[in-house]
Amino acid sequence: MGKISLEVNGRKVEKEASDNTLLSTFLREHLQLTGTHIGCDTSQCGACVVHVDGNSLKSCTALAADVNGSKVTTIEGLETNGKMHPMQEAFKKLHGLQCGFCTPGMVMSAVDLLQKNKKPSDTEIRDWLEGNICRCTGYQNIVAAVKEAATKM
Amino acid sequence: MASLVGSRVERKEDKRFLTGKGRYTADINLANQTYAIFVRSPHARASIKKINIDKALKSSGVVSILTGKEIADDKIGGLIAGWAIRSEDGTEMKCPGNPPLAKDNVNFVGDPIAVVIAESLAEAKEAAEKVEVDYKVLKAVTSTADAMNGDTIHEGIDKNLCFDWLLGDRQKVKEAFDKADKVISIDIINNRLIPNAMEPRACVADYNAASEEITLYTTSQNPHLSRLIMSAFGNVAPEHKLRVVAPDVGGGFGSKINVYNEDIVCSWAAKKINRAIKWVAERSESFLTDIHGRDHVTHAELAVTKDGKFLGFKNETIANLGAYARVFGTVTPTYLFGPCATGVYEIPAAYTNVKAVYTNTAPVDAYRGAGRPEATYTIERLVEKASMELGIDKTELRIKNFPTAFPFKQTLVHTVDSGDYVAGMEKAKQMADYKGFEARRKESEAKGKLRGIGVTSYFEACGIAPSAAVMSLGCGVGLWESAEVRFNPTGQVTVYTGSHSHGQSHQTTFAQIAADELGVPIENIDIVHGDTDKGTFGMGTYGSRSLAVGGIAIVNACKKIVEKGKRVTAKMLEANPEDVEFKDGEFIVSKSNKKKTIGEVAFACYLPGVRDEMKSPLPEGDEPGLKETSFYDPSNFSFPAGTHIAEVEIDPETGHVKLEKYTACDDFGRIINPMVVEGQVHGGLAQGIGQALYENAEYDETGQLMTGSYMDYTMPRADNFPEFNIGYTCTHATTNPLGVKGCGEAGAIAAPPTVMNAVIDALGGQEVTMPATAEKVWKACKNLKKSNAKAA
Repeated sequence: MGKISLEVNGRKVEKEASDNTLLSTFLREHLQLTGTHIGCDTSQCGACVVHVDGNSLKSCTALAADVNGSKVTTIEGLETNGKMHPMQEAFKKLHGLQCGFCTPGMVMSAVDLLQKNKKPSDTEIRDWLEGNICRCTGYQNIVAAVKEAATKM
Repeated sequence: MASLVGSRVERKEDKRFLTGKGRYTADINLANQTYAIFVRSPHARASIKKINIDKALKSSGVVSILTGKEIADDKIGGLIAGWAIRSEDGTEMKCPGNPPLAKDNVNFVGDPIAVVIAESLAEAKEAAEKVEVDYKVLKAVTSTADAMNGDTIHEGIDKNLCFDWLLGDRQKVKEAFDKADKVISIDIINNRLIPNAMEPRACVADYNAASEEITLYTTSQNPHLSRLIMSAFGNVAPEHKLRVVAPDVGGGFGSKINVYNEDIVCSWAAKKINRAIKWVAERSESFLTDIHGRDHVTHAELAVTKDGKFLGFKNETIANLGAYARVFGTVTPTYLFGPCATGVYEIPAAYTNVKAVYTNTAPVDAYRGAGRPEATYTIERLVEKASMELGIDKTELRIKNFPTAFPFKQTLVHTVDSGDYVAGMEKAKQMADYKGFEARRKESEAKGKLRGIGVTSYFEACGIAPSAAVMSLGCGVGLWESAEVRFNPTGQVTVYTGSHSHGQSHQTTFAQIAADELGVPIENIDIVHGDTDKGTFGMGTYGSRSLAVGGIAIVNACKKIVEKGKRVTAKMLEANPEDVEFKDGEFIVSKSNKKKTIGEVAFACYLPGVRDEMKSPLPEGDEPGLKETSFYDPSNFSFPAGTHIAEVEIDPETGHVKLEKYTACDDFGRIINPMVVEGQVHGGLAQGIGQALYENAEYDETGQLMTGSYMDYTMPRADNFPEFNIGYTCTHATTNPLGVKGCGEAGAIAAPPTVMNAVIDALGGQEVTMPATAEKVWKACKNLKKSNAKAA
């Protein structure tokens, strides 16, 4: 057991957790931030993507202890004053989600793409999202949503 | 008021999914809950000699360990097949028992043997590793084609044969083939797939000892049906003491229709230990134990005249059921397959024979399309081959055999109410620039690439289905759907549906329908589903039935509301009910032009009186309140149809297939929300293209799943697809008041033959099995080079 101190969605948190606690588990079980999803056990699906110190990370690939002291943003922290982020708005407008399970990871990953590449091409968007699996949408409306968000950010 | 039906209304469900407020089963935690881990067979086929739980029981945090013995002692029932299929010789199908925890034998890798319940997940995992099972390993049967020659898996089921089913007339087919100028034949493998909804299965079971009620939160497409099965066959609890809740569900695609072992075991065990139990599948468990799809081996023949008229069709198929027959396991390769195998064509004589076999693999059941993708793949590969052998353009050959009039009495079972297959074909050709293909082929050739074009015309029987029809064919339940429309006194509306949304957008599209019917703003309408304690019994979501069956129940319940509203308005305004018209949320007396809004009527229904007067707005015979229910049983299946066209470019040096263009022109009848329908088409296409190019579930000869993770099973990614070109022809269904047909499965049905026809076209007609991986295609390219060299 050890003490994990993080700033999550702008709030300082401090919790005891066993040393083998994954960041994804810490967020879901210790902080009840269940918007971060677990879709696989091989770090392939991307449903658990969050931002750690500004960069996207599959939260099942890191121990909570590894990111001790970091700033973490989850899907719950993307709104500002109750207003959805342009990426969230674009997903809604262009039907970039169906069952919603992959969505938090997909959105967090896409937001990071636009931080790094303000005007990505279709190919660049599809390449970037290669680590996020969606079974519902066939990706077409996700790509469209990312392009839409790029015009708004 | 503008109609909402037909509009791109943004989804009401999206905000919660986009902000992390969705509530999936794994997000639910109950007070004092325990955690379950299942001990599963590592062998595909074995008898259980002994289970020793002594060490595991002493492990830290263990609450209870239960095995097949305890579940049998408590007379908890097993998993069932939902459809009884009869063989050609009249005998009933043969189904083995499928206890929720195996007691004597295990029949596939992942078959559960025991459940370990502990205070924490980590402790449950640790204890599960200490359960010692002594197996006698037996020789596994894994091959679909050879299953009938393998060892007998289930005692008393000879040749591992569940049934040997025939639909059609062999003699008539023989006569048709005798008259043929040419017979086209084909051997097909329809590859096994794993549905892979992104949310792994999960359940949380709770028991209230005071009320003796079990509540099960579970990842289900049909909570009411699950409760019925668990109660009537599982003997878990009487229906009134069992509440099943399917909250937000992260995709289903058929894999969450079944009641699973874990649902029954956790519900039963929660009562036994008098505490809540949570179980969440790891992805590897999903791969092993979720139902799989497809897995057919087929030989089919088409008898044709030299000018391309189809005379007869035969289809001999072996369908793999896996280890056990499950809810839709036996109907998927029979009544969902056989009737559609003659496709969109007038073929005077046809039969489909299916031998359904057991193997030591995960149970095979309904996966998006269920039977219809297999049927469409069979006929459309055959027709494409016929076009090559006859030298007739693939689109002309199809058009030549399309029905010329509707209703179209299809060869084997269905009467298709509506459609215009020629219009669909012509529009698809235009959208795909079919004419320009040869020029594009030359361009590809100039780059050293091979280019191919593939076409598929399909229809599907969905909107399942008329109860009398399906029950006559062996279905254990009727397939009607229910809706309850409930006004609040202050005018907002709650609609309860027995269907379930796990991505399909019911919260939005059903609200659009109700808003139009009732003239109530869409923001004042809520759609509720997924809880057996809320709303009436319903059959759930599969077979593209939610709108075509469940949506009509909503329409009918709304119409009853309007009828009552007319009576109440007439009483309130002292008019004849026949003189009251309803439009855009207002009841208007035609003669006087006096009116009441539906909100005023609802208020009056709930508060039926006036201060200082003995006066009720309710006519004699009408009760207070404004709530109506409808149980809608459709008069026919619905029949979406369309033509899809794909173009691929193959690099002969690497065998890599690039899907260059994909055009889908579908007829779904009336479209409620074009945005949602596009999404359904895109998703279906991705799964269908996945089957053609990427996905394959493979067992080795000992029954180990070789593709048991995302490292081995190729899930399609964003960079695997081009932008799909989507269009429609809309002939309204004549069998339901909305004119709708259903759109959820079309992409998965049409895409595999469309893509494979293009791949095989590029390869000069050489057959390649799905998925057309680079290795297979590269080999085919080498053969092509050799044969071209010989010809030169």
